[in-house]
Amino acid sequence: MNSVPAIAPAQAAGQRLRERVFRGATFAAALLVLLLLGGVAVSLAVGSWPAFSHFKLAFLTREIWNPVTDEYGALAPIFGTLVTSLLALLLAIPVSLGIAIFLTELAPTWLKRPVGTAIELLAAVPSIIFGIWGLFVLAPVLQRHVQPWLIEVLGPLPLIGKLFQGPPFGIGVLSAGFVLAIMVIPFVSAVMRDVFETVPDVLKESGYGLGATTWEVIWQVVVPYSRTGMIGGIMLGLGRALGETMAVTFVIGNAHRIGSSLLAPGTTISASIANEFAEAVGDLYTSSLIALGALLFLITFTVIAAARFMLMRLDRRALSSV
Amino acid sequence: MNAFNPKRMLLAALSAVAFAGAASAADISGAGATFPYPVYSKWADAYKTQTGVGLNYQSIGSGGGIKQIKAKTVTFGASDMPLEQKDLQLAGLVQFPMIIGGVVPVVNVKGVQGGQMVLDGATVAAIYLGEITKWNDARVQKLNPKLALPGTAIAPVYRSDGSGTNFLFSNYLSSAYPKFHDTVGANTSVQWPVGIGAKGNEGVANMTAQTDGAIGYVEYAYAKQNKMAYADLINSAGKTVAPNAESFQAAAASADWAHAPGYHLILTNQPGPKSWPITGASFILLYRTPPDPAATATALKFFDWAYKNGGKMAADLDYVPLPEGLIKLVRATWKAEIK
Repeated sequence: MNSVPAIAPAQAAGQRLRERVFRGATFAAALLVLLLLGGVAVSLAVGSWPAFSHFKLAFLTREIWNPVTDEYGALAPIFGTLVTSLLALLLAIPVSLGIAIFLTELAPTWLKRPVGTAIELLAAVPSIIFGIWGLFVLAPVLQRHVQPWLIEVLGPLPLIGKLFQGPPFGIGVLSAGFVLAIMVIPFVSAVMRDVFETVPDVLKESGYGLGATTWEVIWQVVVPYSRTGMIGGIMLGLGRALGETMAVTFVIGNAHRIGSSLLAPGTTISASIANEFAEAVGDLYTSSLIALGALLFLITFTVIAAARFMLMRLDRRALSSV
Repeated sequence: MNAFNPKRMLLAALSAVAFAGAASAADISGAGATFPYPVYSKWADAYKTQTGVGLNYQSIGSGGGIKQIKAKTVTFGASDMPLEQKDLQLAGLVQFPMIIGGVVPVVNVKGVQGGQMVLDGATVAAIYLGEITKWNDARVQKLNPKLALPGTAIAPVYRSDGSGTNFLFSNYLSSAYPKFHDTVGANTSVQWPVGIGAKGNEGVANMTAQTDGAIGYVEYAYAKQNKMAYADLINSAGKTVAPNAESFQAAAASADWAHAPGYHLILTNQPGPKSWPITGASFILLYRTPPDPAATATALKFFDWAYKNGGKMAADLDYVPLPEGLIKLVRATWKAEIK
């Protein structure tokens, strides 16, 4: 081993310059994100101002959406956005959890990789494909086989019966929830799988060593250990579901109405914008559509903030329990 | 290393951009309606091979077309919904019709083939208002005494994306049924009281085809090319007409264009025994005093060429060319109004 040769001063200066340029470049990249976000917020605020100042708070509470008389209210799209996203999570969380647990704890090694790759591929399918598939393949199946059964069996029940009444159109809020769930599953399950893989083997082995069954190890060691990451994955899925546009537009039925039934057509914020923005004439109409965009921005922001808050509290509890 | 020389790549990219910019500088630029886009692009292809002048048309929707021409980012705007004369004057625009198309009601009723069912505006409006809910309703049966109509529930399907098709259809229903006019009205998007919204012609066609008892409406070209079960309509002369090129042209020819300022004429419910009642023109918007007179002159040359040579190409795509008399009127307008 020779001693390390000293760096020539010129070379050192070059290195320092490179460091400084690199630092500046990364800082600029980070700043760009903030600038873009700020730009979006400002243009949404400016664009939606005419609608908010004209309709005031009634914009949030009215179901009407009538371009002929120029009266707009965002209640139906807000409702549809929240309901379809929650429905999607309701369907996607158990399936994703199952996928993640199977892949990390139970699957034979030769099966892990193909299934994992298949799920990642599912995440890469463009949303328009899901929309067309939903309309041409899923909707007829739901219409002929699933919805008549729901209407017959669940329709007459008290309380939840109301959710399953009306004619089986095949498309509607429920179908949108289905398609969204399929789109969200790859994201949620991929994150969950990665999180489960970080659980130290020594913890699991201690569980088994104490005589715990696989079931007990999964629910009492793996899941509690990865709770934070699981919530992160679910929130990622929720974010995707809230903003998804094309796939939903194809299968939700696009009606600015709030139906009591999950089989009824509805609309979401992004579907309304995609449907109507191109042909919207008139300042109030355009501004109302931009106002919808601003509301989606707010909803997404709230969801992310709520998730952060939840994670913070979980962390604190985890720390205090140590 | 040399192959990935960033400087060289940047230079290549820049020169490519500059070249593309230079090539499109002489092209005609336009934006707007999606409905005539297939025929405009077909014309543009033929025109480019003949003259070397290309057309850069962005089918961003009529609303977008009107915005773009007002912002002077394009040479011409295109809209399926004609602007009112006072709006035209306010913005300093000239408007004229370019191509004609129509909207066709399609049905999915068991045992009913294409062209067998007859409907009229008031009945279709009542269906889309939710007043008529079963196919064997007395009002539908009365128009179809020979058909054995089932008691299936009617599922009205409408187009969810704002479109000229929506405008024509809702305009037709409004003029045929006062209650529809008062409660829904006419626009590129309206608030439908019942039914399900499907996206685009393909969405409406598919929803109608897969839902037993559905009724929908699509552009004529779409209905024809997909051999959909259309319904005939009773026009304002009380005659039953089938949707085809003749009945669209009849509607366009019987319209009183000469007395319509700014060609503000919607061809629904036109008089004449052969007129198809849901016909409409797609319009072009140009500046009366163009900011770039040379560009506008180039665009006018293209439109003139399309009037002269585009009829066959339009008919191939199941659009309907303007009647000869109307073309004469438009040419006179160009001469008189565009500086």
